[in-house]
Amino acid sequence: MKTWIAFSGIFMKDMRSYYLKPPNISWGLIFPVAWTLMFFLRSPVAVEVRDLLPGVMALSILFGTTSMLAVTITFERKSRSFERLLLAPISLNLLMLAKTSGAIMFGIINAFVPVIFAVFLADLSGINWLMVLASVVLIAITSTFLGLFVAVSVSQVFEAQTFSNFFRFPMLFLCGLFIPLADLPAFIRPISYALPLTYGADILKTAISQTGVIALPVSFIALVAFSIFLFFYSIYNVNRKWIL
Amino acid sequence: MRIIEAENLTKKYNGFKAVDGVNFHINKGEILGFLGPNGAGKTTTINMLTGLAHINAGTVRLMGEDYTRNAKKAQALMGIVPDESNLYEELSGRQNLCFCGALYGMEKEQRENRAEELLNQFGLHEAAEKPFRAYSKGMKRKLTIAAGLIHDPEILFLDEPTTGIDVAFARQIRSLIVDLHRKGTTIFLTTHYIEEAERLCERIAFIVQGKIVREGTVVGLMEETQEEKIVNFTLGGEFSAVESEFKQAFPGYKLKPGGNSSVSIHSPTSFTLLPFVQFFEERGLPVFEAKIVRPTLEDVFVKITGVDLQKMQTGQGAKPGKGRKGGA
Repeated sequence: MKTWIAFSGIFMKDMRSYYLKPPNISWGLIFPVAWTLMFFLRSPVAVEVRDLLPGVMALSILFGTTSMLAVTITFERKSRSFERLLLAPISLNLLMLAKTSGAIMFGIINAFVPVIFAVFLADLSGINWLMVLASVVLIAITSTFLGLFVAVSVSQVFEAQTFSNFFRFPMLFLCGLFIPLADLPAFIRPISYALPLTYGADILKTAISQTGVIALPVSFIALVAFSIFLFFYSIYNVNRKWIL
Repeated sequence: MRIIEAENLTKKYNGFKAVDGVNFHINKGEILGFLGPNGAGKTTTINMLTGLAHINAGTVRLMGEDYTRNAKKAQALMGIVPDESNLYEELSGRQNLCFCGALYGMEKEQRENRAEELLNQFGLHEAAEKPFRAYSKGMKRKLTIAAGLIHDPEILFLDEPTTGIDVAFARQIRSLIVDLHRKGTTIFLTTHYIEEAERLCERIAFIVQGKIVREGTVVGLMEETQEEKIVNFTLGGEFSAVESEFKQAFPGYKLKPGGNSSVSIHSPTSFTLLPFVQFFEERGLPVFEAKIVRPTLEDVFVKITGVDLQKMQTGQGAKPGKGRKGGA
């Protein structure tokens, strides 16, 4: 059995059916522009595009991947087409990796949309692009697996949206992008360190504007650990809840 | 050769036994009908056999190999058609088939050729490029069956294939099932339509309240439950003219006149027809027809299970505890 054919079949179908649809492409363009404008408008002082870039990139990935994956999987479960995937002779791990790979790719593409805009608006020299790419990939993976975690926890499409927000909005304010981690109240800081986006955003800050505060190895290890935990916990739940 | 063997298969949901220690096997090339009312455990059994439900107890083997704890080992050899179409609404018929082929590791050219072949075989070629959502219910069911066959499986699981579709499509699907059987496909068919099972299946297992209450060939089940042999004679004159003479000549037989020129002869044992034919002919009553009357599968099912058939086929399920034999 050529499992890579099944893997690429699922990946390509999801890209065509969900992620490369015009509404999603426009979402990928509008979202970073809206966030950038919001930062510009709310700031009383002049804002450097380069300073905004880590936040806009991180949020583009987070908002793009979590809801898309959670919604598509919940939708497929409702229409029972997900059953067809469960009946295919490929391991559950590979199946879920194939299912999440489209969202991960979507997140990565989303992340670089603001970079394309920024090229025309600011000097981007001196950025460690390799580190940017590594952090973007890891943020995309953790955010997608967070979407998977949400998908496995709900049964309705609207629940997938609302439950995603339950994780996303606290992350938005506690990950150090709006308020530096050091300025957060001491009792809230542990929550910040329990959020994967905190580490991803910090790597991006280090790579783009050298303003990160967490040691790079700690951030990378934390993101990998979050990815592994979220993926296998979701697989455990799929086995428990969807294979009755 | 046995394709699937299930032993003591059990499934519990919150302490309730949906399937309770069932044993059966499916031979290569045959159609096994799993017949029972709604909620009897038919779909749960299919889910266990195909890997959509964990097995709580018992074993299941495919071509001799145990896959109780790892259904993935067996799924490549199975084609599964659920009771509701589960293809992708946004993909066309052809794309759905090709996608299903990819799930089974088929190369691009191989799956495209096979999709073409199946679209022709199932009469869906005209609609091949239409999105699945634009198909009628019957067409959806046909394409779902085609998707189950894309990888040429050893065994095809058909869960209620004609439920909820119109008569014309149901006939087409039955005819497709017959064709598949002729070509040697092994089929596990669940249905609550008794006539469908009688028409299509070689062997039947009756399942009621999670238990198989009787299993056997269609003919065997009918003979097993037949308490007396019955032959119906259609005559060229009135039977009443010879009735008293007949009773004297054949004292061990029961008679049931069925109108002016027909009579049913009942006997607890098998009997030869010649003496009866001679009796009627000698008395100027030519015999136009002599027909052995067998119980229908419906009679057998009611007798074994006591299930209210009307309720079963309108989806209200079984009435347990009324069976004369067996029972759950």
